[in-house]
Amino acid sequence: MTTVLASASGHYVAAAYVVFVALILLYLVIIAVRAQRTERELRELSALAEKRPR
Amino acid sequence: MTRTRPHSRGLPLLSSATAATVVAALSLAFFYAPLDRDQGVIQKIFYIHVPLAIVSLCGFIAGGVMAIRHLRTGDRSWDMRSYVAIHLSIVFAVGTLVTGSIWAKASWGHWWVWSEPVLVSFLIVFLLYCCYQPLRFSIEDPERQARYASVFAVTAGAFVPVNFLAVRLATQHVHPRVLSQSGSLPGPMLLTFLVSLAGVALLWATLWKLELSLKSSRMSLKRLRARLEAPDEVEAPVPEVAVR
Repeated sequence: MTTVLASASGHYVAAAYVVFVALILLYLVIIAVRAQRTERELRELSALAEKRPR
Repeated sequence: MTRTRPHSRGLPLLSSATAATVVAALSLAFFYAPLDRDQGVIQKIFYIHVPLAIVSLCGFIAGGVMAIRHLRTGDRSWDMRSYVAIHLSIVFAVGTLVTGSIWAKASWGHWWVWSEPVLVSFLIVFLLYCCYQPLRFSIEDPERQARYASVFAVTAGAFVPVNFLAVRLATQHVHPRVLSQSGSLPGPMLLTFLVSLAGVALLWATLWKLELSLKSSRMSLKRLRARLEAPDEVEAPVPEVAVR
């Protein structure tokens, strides 16, 4: 790792791996936002179900 | 209400296996694999760029196979699987193009080489699949949307191996042909490459299952909402279509 970062072209290698990690993290953030939206909708539906006459 | 298949089944185990394999791949790439004699440290990009390219192309083909199953059986869940596979493969293809450009700049001094068939053909495949989502969501009728998207997925999926073979037959190439020269990689490099490939493939599978599980939950919610909001009327079926 130290050899990679210390070399003249090391920043290119670091950039490639950072791009990979950033892409996956971005994807996970989008998934998390959608999961939050789903959770909110589920809460709304639970409230709706409680209001319904049995 | 139709029962949805548990897409999240086995997800924790798969996620753990993915995390372990990716960590192993990174450790091997930076601490075990020897430096390449010609390229030096720049060659380390190979361990992320090539697996991303292979997995994204295989993902496109897998999307086509799932679309065939949808067209044959009429089961919408296969269309949703195909949609998620293609969507995820586009993300991996973006990774391939960006890491490839970085490697090209470091190795050849240019971000992109238009005369190189491997690069241009991959870009063509990527741009082809970029049309998938606009095509899909431009059709409102869910039945037609699923059918047209599947036909696109099958056609484009068949184009991927044809394109790959055409490029292999091309004479001019600057791009290294790693997999065509069996035994060209030294043992430690080959091991690192194979572990990286397994890691990226597992990552693809995990994210595919995760997104599929989320989409399935959203579809169930949609059905539930339809039932709750119209309790006295005849239940309107909510088709299982891809939701953004």
